[in-house]
Amino acid sequence: MNNSVTNTARLLWAGLRALLVLTLVTGVVYPLVVTGIAQAAFHSKANGSEITSDGKVVGSSLIGQSYNLPLKKGQQTPDAALQWFQGRPANGLGSNSINTQYKLILSGATNLAADNKVLIQQVKDAKTAVVKDNSVPGYTVSPSQVPADAVTSSGSGLDPDISPAYAELQVHRVAEKNNLSVAQVEKLVKDHTTGRTLGFIGEPRVNVLELNIALKDLTKGS
Amino acid sequence: MGPETAAVLQLVALIGALALCYIPFGNHMARVYSSDKHWRVEKWIYKGIGANPDTEMRWPAYLRGVLAFSLVGVLFLYVLQRIQGILPGSLGFSSVNPAQSFNTAVSFVTNTNWQSYYGEQTMGHVVQTAGLAVQNFVSAAVGIAVAVALVRGFARSRTGEIGNFWADLVRGTVRILVPFAAIAAVILVACGAIQNFSGIHEVGQFMGGSQQWNGGAVASQEAIKELGTNGGGYFNANSAHPFENPTPFTNLFEIFLILLIPFALTRTFGVMVGSVRQGYAILATMGTIWLGFTALMMWTEFAHHGPALQLAGGAYEGKEVRFGVGGSSIFAVSTTLTSTGAVNSFHSSFTGLGGGITLLSMMLGEIAPGGTGSGLYGILIMAIIAVFIAGLMVGRTPEYLGKKIGAREIKLSAIYILITPALALVFAAASMALPTPPHSMLNPGAHGFSEVLYAFTSAANNNGSAFAGLNANTDWYNTMTGLAMLFGRFLPMVFVLALAGSLAEQKPVPATAGTLRTEKPLFTGLLVGAIIIITGLTYFPALALGPLAEGLAS
Repeated sequence: MNNSVTNTARLLWAGLRALLVLTLVTGVVYPLVVTGIAQAAFHSKANGSEITSDGKVVGSSLIGQSYNLPLKKGQQTPDAALQWFQGRPANGLGSNSINTQYKLILSGATNLAADNKVLIQQVKDAKTAVVKDNSVPGYTVSPSQVPADAVTSSGSGLDPDISPAYAELQVHRVAEKNNLSVAQVEKLVKDHTTGRTLGFIGEPRVNVLELNIALKDLTKGS
Repeated sequence: MGPETAAVLQLVALIGALALCYIPFGNHMARVYSSDKHWRVEKWIYKGIGANPDTEMRWPAYLRGVLAFSLVGVLFLYVLQRIQGILPGSLGFSSVNPAQSFNTAVSFVTNTNWQSYYGEQTMGHVVQTAGLAVQNFVSAAVGIAVAVALVRGFARSRTGEIGNFWADLVRGTVRILVPFAAIAAVILVACGAIQNFSGIHEVGQFMGGSQQWNGGAVASQEAIKELGTNGGGYFNANSAHPFENPTPFTNLFEIFLILLIPFALTRTFGVMVGSVRQGYAILATMGTIWLGFTALMMWTEFAHHGPALQLAGGAYEGKEVRFGVGGSSIFAVSTTLTSTGAVNSFHSSFTGLGGGITLLSMMLGEIAPGGTGSGLYGILIMAIIAVFIAGLMVGRTPEYLGKKIGAREIKLSAIYILITPALALVFAAASMALPTPPHSMLNPGAHGFSEVLYAFTSAANNNGSAFAGLNANTDWYNTMTGLAMLFGRFLPMVFVLALAGSLAEQKPVPATAGTLRTEKPLFTGLLVGAIIIITGLTYFPALALGPLAEGLAS
C-alpha cells in the first residue's frame, strides 16, 4: 500500500517535471522564436496588416468592417452608407460579454440551419434590401442577379471580401451616389479584383476596405 | 473556370503535396521512434524529467506514464485558467469559472479542443500560449506515442516490452512537432496570420470610430493546432477568422497540415513492421474513405439543398468568400475525419446532408486518416476486426502481420470499438431526456437534435468541432462533454496498450497459403466495408432522427 502510494507520487512528479520542461520548449521558446522571426521578417503582417487612408489607420485589410450611417434616434439597426461599397451580412458577429473593460469584436457565424425560419427571413430581407439599394435610375437589379455571398453571413462575421459579382452589382449605385461615371467605378472594381491563387485556389474576390479607400481617393481627385 | 473545377484542382494539388511528403515524412517518423541516439536537447529534457529513456516498458508501465502525464496536464491547465485573473501577461482578463476550466483543460489534454468559451474574450496570452498551445503539442505527441507502441506490438515478438513512454513523448515533440510547426507558423505569418504579444489593438475604422481586436501568438498556435490535429482556435471563429487563415493558399496549406501526420503514419507503420505494402493497404483504406466523403460533401454543398440556401442561390451561409464552397468542403471533411475539429466554415449552416457527412465522419471513429496517432491505432483495431470477420467466413484462426488474433485480442478490440459510440449515444440520449439540457439548442426540430448528437459525438471521438448553435457553456454540457472527452480518450488507450503488450508477447506465426493477404486490395475492400457497416449499424437510428430527417425533408 505504502509502496504503491510512493510509486504513484513518483510517477506524478515525473509527469509534472515533464510537463514543465516541455512547456518551456513548446510554450515559451517556440512561440518566442516564431514571434522573433515574424516581427523581423513580416512586421506589418504579424501585427495585423493595418491599412491607412489619408495617413490614418482605418483598419486591417484582413478584417471586414461595416459601412453604415450613424444610428438615428430610435433606430435599432443603422442604415447602410450607400455611397460606399457594402460588405457581406454579419449576423453572427457579436461583442464581448465578459472582460468588458474592452470592447472586443467577437467573431462568429449565425449557425442557423438551412431550414431555419430565422435564416430564411434573414436571406429574404437581405435580398430585398440589395435589390432596392442597388436599383438606380437606368439600372434595375433583379432578385436572380443577387449572388449568394451578398445575402448570407460569413463564417467569421469578419469576411473582408465580397465576390466580384456582388461588387459589380453595386457599381451603378456607387457611381450615382458619388457622381462618378459607371466606367470609372467599373475600372476601380476590376483593379481590385483578386483572382484565384495560381488560377485554381480559393475563389475570386474583392477586398471591400481596399476598394472603398481607392474610391475615396478617386472622389477626392475628381 | 467554374468553382467546381477549381475545387477539384485544389483537391488534386492537395493529394499531390501529400503524396510527395508521404515517403520522406513517414520514414522520418519511423527513424525518430526507432533510433537509439539521443539529441543533446533531449538528454537535457530527460535529466529534467528524471527518466531514463533507454528503459523498455511493459504495457502497464507505459499506460501509467500516459495517464500520469495527462492527469498532471489536466490539473495544470485547470489551475492556470483558475488563476488567470492574477497572472501577469493576461490582458487583465478574469479567471475562468470552474466548470468551463475543467471542460477546457480536459478538452486540450485529450486532443479534442472542444471550446465552450470564446477565445478572444476569455483567454489571455499566458493561458493561450503556455497552456493551451503546449497541450496542442504534447497531446498530439501522446497520441503518436500510443500508436507507435501498438506498432511495436506487431513488430516485436516474445517480449512484453513496447518502448519507453518518456522517450516517445519527447522525441515526437522535439523531432517532429516543434520543427515542422515552426516552419508552418512562419509560412502562415508570411501570408498574414498575426504573431505578436502586444495585447489588445485599438485601430481606427473607415467610417470613423475605432475597433478593438486581440493580438497574440496566433500563427504559432495555428500551425500546431492543424499539424497536431487539435483544432482549438485562438479566436471564436477558428480557421474562418482572417487572422488565423488569411488567404486561399493558407486554407489549402492548413488542410495539408491536418492530413500530413495521420496519412504519413501509415508509412511509419509499414516501415516499422517491415512491410511498406502493409502500410499502403491501410493508406488506401483511409484514402478511399476520405476521398469518397470529400466528393459527397462537394456534391451536396454545390447543390445547396435547403430552403434558405436555395433562396440565397448558394451554400454561403457560414462560409468565407476567399475559400468558397470547394475550399470549405475539403476542410470540413478533413477536419472531421481526423480528430482536428478546426473549422473554416460553420457546419451547422451546411446543407442537411453536408452536416450529416461531418457527423458521420466523426462516427467512423476518426480513422480516415484520423488524429495524430489515434487515427492509426483506430484503424489497426478495425483491421483486426476485419481479419476476424474474414476468419469467421473461412473458419480459421485469423492472423494479422504474423500475429494470431485470438480471444484476448478480439475482446480488447471489441471493447475498444464499443466505448465511443456508447459514450456519444448515451450522453446524447440523456441530454434529450432531461428537462433542462435541450434548452441549449439553437435550431428547432431535427437540426436541434443533431446539435446535441454532434456535441457528444465530437467530444467522445475527441474531435472538437461543433454544430455551434448549441449553447454548450452550461454546467451540464461543460461537465458531460468533459467526461465524454476524458473517457473517449483514455479508455480506448488502455485497450490499445493492452493489445500492444499482448501482441508483443506472441511469437510470430509463419504465413501459409491460407493466410489472408492483408497487403492486397481485397483486404482494403474488406476493411472499408467493415468500417462502414459497423459504423452504420451503430449509429443509423440516431442519424435517421437528425441529419437524414433534415436532409430528406429539403
